[in-house]
Amino acid sequence: MRRITKALLGATTVLTISTALPSVSQAEQLTLCWAAWDPANALVELSKDFTAKTKIDMKFEFVPWTSYADRFLNELNSHGKLCDLIIGDSQWIGGSAENGHYVKLNEFFDKEGIKMDDFVPATVVGYSEWPKNTPNYWALPAMGDVVGWTYRKDWFEKPELQKEFQEKYGWKLDAPKTYDQLKQIGEFFQNRKIDGQTVYGASIYTERGSEGITMGVTNVLYDWGFQYDNPKKPYEMEGFVNSEDAVKGLEFYKSLYDCCTPPGSSNVYMTESADAFKSGQVAMQMNFAFTWPGLYKDEKVGGERIGFFPNPAEKAHFAQLGGQGISVVAYSDKQEQALQYIKWFAQPDVQAKWWELGGYSCLKAVVNAPGFAASQPYAQAFLDSMAIVKDFWAEPSYAPLLQAMQKRVHNYVIAGDGTAKEALDGLVQDWTETFEDDGKI
Amino acid sequence: MTLSHSSIVDKAAETAAKATPAPIAVRVRGLSDRAIAWLFIAPAISLLLAINIFPLLWAVYLSFTNYRANRPNAVVEGVGLRNYQRVLTDPDIWQAMQTTAHFVFWTILLQMLIGFALAYLIDRKFRGHAFWTTIVLIPMMLSPAVVGNFWRFLYEPQIGLFAYAVSFLSGIPTSQIQMLGNVSLAPWAIIVVDTWMWTPYVMLICLAGLRSIPDYIYEAAEVDRASAWRQFWSITVPMALPFIMLAVLFRGIENFKMFDMVTLLTGGGPGSVTEVASITLKREAFETWATGRSSAFAIVLFVAVFGLANIYVKALNKVKQR
Repeated sequence: MRRITKALLGATTVLTISTALPSVSQAEQLTLCWAAWDPANALVELSKDFTAKTKIDMKFEFVPWTSYADRFLNELNSHGKLCDLIIGDSQWIGGSAENGHYVKLNEFFDKEGIKMDDFVPATVVGYSEWPKNTPNYWALPAMGDVVGWTYRKDWFEKPELQKEFQEKYGWKLDAPKTYDQLKQIGEFFQNRKIDGQTVYGASIYTERGSEGITMGVTNVLYDWGFQYDNPKKPYEMEGFVNSEDAVKGLEFYKSLYDCCTPPGSSNVYMTESADAFKSGQVAMQMNFAFTWPGLYKDEKVGGERIGFFPNPAEKAHFAQLGGQGISVVAYSDKQEQALQYIKWFAQPDVQAKWWELGGYSCLKAVVNAPGFAASQPYAQAFLDSMAIVKDFWAEPSYAPLLQAMQKRVHNYVIAGDGTAKEALDGLVQDWTETFEDDGKI
Repeated sequence: MTLSHSSIVDKAAETAAKATPAPIAVRVRGLSDRAIAWLFIAPAISLLLAINIFPLLWAVYLSFTNYRANRPNAVVEGVGLRNYQRVLTDPDIWQAMQTTAHFVFWTILLQMLIGFALAYLIDRKFRGHAFWTTIVLIPMMLSPAVVGNFWRFLYEPQIGLFAYAVSFLSGIPTSQIQMLGNVSLAPWAIIVVDTWMWTPYVMLICLAGLRSIPDYIYEAAEVDRASAWRQFWSITVPMALPFIMLAVLFRGIENFKMFDMVTLLTGGGPGSVTEVASITLKREAFETWATGRSSAFAIVLFVAVFGLANIYVKALNKVKQR
């Protein structure tokens, strides 16, 4: 009987210890939430150094882009404790700041000597500040990103195609500098047989469900003169969103979709666009810069076969900002450790390694370093693109603003419903209604 | 020693009486059997109230407010019937309702016609009918997520088998067969997939209906020299009708709230031509975060489906009573 009692006591002790152990280790574990994509893998690799240095384990919660906003905005809105750190999309900054989801970082930055002047200005405005252009910081710029283009350098360099192109359009087949040139190249390659395969001009964003077509359309519209509102009178949109130039820009996007995209391109975003390029279907591809390292490494289309160029210019020269900042979640019980991670992440040597591993650093010391432009074949295009970025609304109401644009432009560009003018007039109407609901106008 | 028959019976009765437990209420003082029965079902009822009834009542409450789930700190104000007014006068919502109605009508029509025809065929019990029944049932056993992705590839203009088949039969180049990107074809692309997946379900229900018709009725009809056509319209259809109506009810309710397949195939596009009510509702609730308005929309949908289903069930009962 005594033996049985001892055995039972022993088993109970083992059970108690084994259940207690995870809670001990949990105290030294941080959860970082982000999208499931290539840079996230690089961050996992990078964060091993943080764990080695601080003994704090890093756990990662990565969600595919298609459900990234749904998943994490729900988490923040419900004051969930899943994420201690979050790399949230740039458009979330207004809502997350105003609703108290993120910890304000000004005091922490001052205390630790982290200066926002050390980061690329566009990324500070885009990823960290709310209200915009004020020194109120809610995130550390973490992953610089921008919409740019890749092209099939090997096709562009084929002598017979160069000759034919020169004869047809009167200029040398090369990475385009203007949208007219881009469209001419698209038309030139559309339905052309190369190496026995039918290829197409360009893959552009057309996705309806989340933010795809808006990212593509704004990327082009900025260059044609589209503005979100009157620079002198915020939220006055009439004549800016639907200006004559903006209408022309939208018409151009539709013409590009109609003339030069592969069949079945009605719902294309980052993955589909990269797939179209990787499978050798298209001569050019619009996509965020984060895809470039992966494409460069691709055996079939990477290396010497791929080239990179920033958004072409028209009346103006802009590119749609992507990327994110890293924030501390206000509902986390481990804010101290989370801040420790941010402090570590902001260090120049960590940022330099971040770039080496495939992340896009926003630190000036990294991107302005003498060897940066030559460090990767896409580094120059990234630098040029980051110099011309512009972002979508980052208001707390960014979601209804985004959905309205998704609907209006998809209806026109893909479904061919109405005119560009009607689409943008409708957009002004929708956005006005949203801002009226918010009490901003 | 031997016992008489009556004493054996008496003994057995006595043993049985002893073995029979006294009513639980006798042992649990102060509780009737009815009360104990309630105690047993109380957990299930509580769960039902917590996960079904409470959210419903909460949604009704929210539908009269300006609440937004992404602004938990904002003051929640009552807005009366404004959300309902906006829902019922919003052209986009009416458009989504029309799209839903179009989708529900055509999927039900096609599934009933094909499902009943298949059931009728299988009911003939031809050689290998069990094998073919299993084959026909496969699509409904698949996950809608798998089916959605699978058909997205099949519809792909460049690599899709569907495009190849149509091109082979019609001579139209595959690049022009854009089922999901074409405004006119996209709604039909979804109808085809839903019909492919759920016709077997309708077939099963119809088959149950056909098998429930007693053979002697057909035998009597044959004695009366009724033609096969007459037998079909006078015996088969009327007697299988309650089952067919049940299938219509099930598929109608399911398709009214169709979401997964449409999201996977078109995401509501091109433009908004395949944006059914459930997608609009999801966008209102979880993308634009208009929680109050989306609650009103959800209540409107609930009342519409509940009301229609009730009317339909009454009609079904009348048919059964005939």
